[in-house]
Amino acid sequence: MAENIGFTSSSVSQVPILSVYDLKKAFSSNEVLKGISTDIYKGEKVVVIGPSGSGKSTFLRCLNCLEDPTSGSIIFDGEDLADQRVNINKHRQKIGMVFQQFNLFNNKTVLQNIMIAPYTLNKKKVKKEGKSAKEFKEECRQNALALLRRIGLEDKANVYPSTLSGGQKQRVAIVRALAMSPKVMLFDEPTSALDPEMVGEVLNLIKEVADEGMTMVIVTHEMGFAREVATRVLFMDEGMIAEEGTPTEIFDNPQNPRTKQFLNAVL
Amino acid sequence: MGSFGNKISKFIESFIFDGGYKEVIEGLGNTLKIAILGLCIGVILGTVIATIRVMPKYKVFPRILDKICGLYVGFFRGTPIVVQLLVGYFVILPLIGLGRISEENVCVVIFGLNSAAYVSEVMRGGLNSVDQGQLEAGRALGFSYASTMVRFVVPQAVKNILPSLGNEFISLIKETSVISFVGAMDLYVALTKIGQNNYEPMVPYLFMAICYIVMIFIITQLIRLLEKALSKSDRKGGAK
Repeated sequence: MAENIGFTSSSVSQVPILSVYDLKKAFSSNEVLKGISTDIYKGEKVVVIGPSGSGKSTFLRCLNCLEDPTSGSIIFDGEDLADQRVNINKHRQKIGMVFQQFNLFNNKTVLQNIMIAPYTLNKKKVKKEGKSAKEFKEECRQNALALLRRIGLEDKANVYPSTLSGGQKQRVAIVRALAMSPKVMLFDEPTSALDPEMVGEVLNLIKEVADEGMTMVIVTHEMGFAREVATRVLFMDEGMIAEEGTPTEIFDNPQNPRTKQFLNAVL
Repeated sequence: MGSFGNKISKFIESFIFDGGYKEVIEGLGNTLKIAILGLCIGVILGTVIATIRVMPKYKVFPRILDKICGLYVGFFRGTPIVVQLLVGYFVILPLIGLGRISEENVCVVIFGLNSAAYVSEVMRGGLNSVDQGQLEAGRALGFSYASTMVRFVVPQAVKNILPSLGNEFISLIKETSVISFVGAMDLYVALTKIGQNNYEPMVPYLFMAICYIVMIFIITQLIRLLEKALSKSDRKGGAK
């Protein structure tokens, strides 16, 4: 019996958070992803690198079905997200996403940006548990304020995003995703649209969140950052994973000639 | 000048002492009622139509809806409002046999349906002007398509198209001058009556023009205020 329990618990920790199998994506006749398979386990920081047009962003956007996969499967929480019948909205609440262009809601204040999703999407559930909407709203507000305090932008709570700098916007976007307590976070080139002097503050925040144990998939061009934060690096080329391994393996001793060529060009 | 003063005093006499003002006020009320309610119907229905038309169309159902909306917009933009009023009041109303509905309410519905066609096209442009990232951010957080549109995309689109919506409202006010075709009271009917009673049409029609200008001036100012209120999320200062 004890052995049985031990077996179960160890196998649970072996179940990946996201399991991608033979993922393909074509935009009309242009095949961007040509069959990607990988498992992402709890606590992993998977960094995806590769030349532009290699399908990195498309791969990331398929993981929460912002792009509908053409074929293949993405298993998350025991369901296949690629299946059209799955309630994708429910699963997206547990998959945080950070965009290159920040995409803060322009018509909402910074505080509203952070609290609107946790409040609106959970209020029905909370009501069933017997908590009043007002009480829950205050809870979400406090939580959002705590997140703002964490990134040192508490004084910006009631301003609109248009008054923030790029780095501030991206940090707010990161805590907006965090406010939903996601199981995994996807970062789509989070520093590519930033002025150079603001890249550091955003990378530091991502690193902090990573150190707290968040599972992450990060598409980035910041190779130094990739090496520092990644537990695994995927090198993508022409819609396939051309090489994968630890940062040391990929950056110091790449095997695939395409990887070598790419790293020579960017490092 | 003496004869003009005479005309004015004749107008004032029938306007105030013979009770002509009652019909003028009723007509003004109708004009505002039809334009305001018509615009409300137009904005709501137009937003729904525009949302359907910008929806992603991989599936058959949205494609069919899109075609229906296209036909709707085509019909209402392709026929004069007078024709729509006449068809609505004298053809469709008797056919569906909906008892007796007041002329004004028929006008509200027809003007609303007509306005929806125009607003939907303006709104479609407005929705397209909102950055695609806003929709993606909402969806990625777990909001449904409809909820994301209602909470984030449509409010930003409305802000962008407010000047065009003001335009639409002003045209509606002016277009209501055709409601007398189905026997509803408006400024034209009320003031024509005054003119016919004392055989002096000059002052009543001048007064009618002034009424429209004043109404539209006030509305223009209100729209400005609304634009100002809605622009609070824009960057302060900078280039204006």
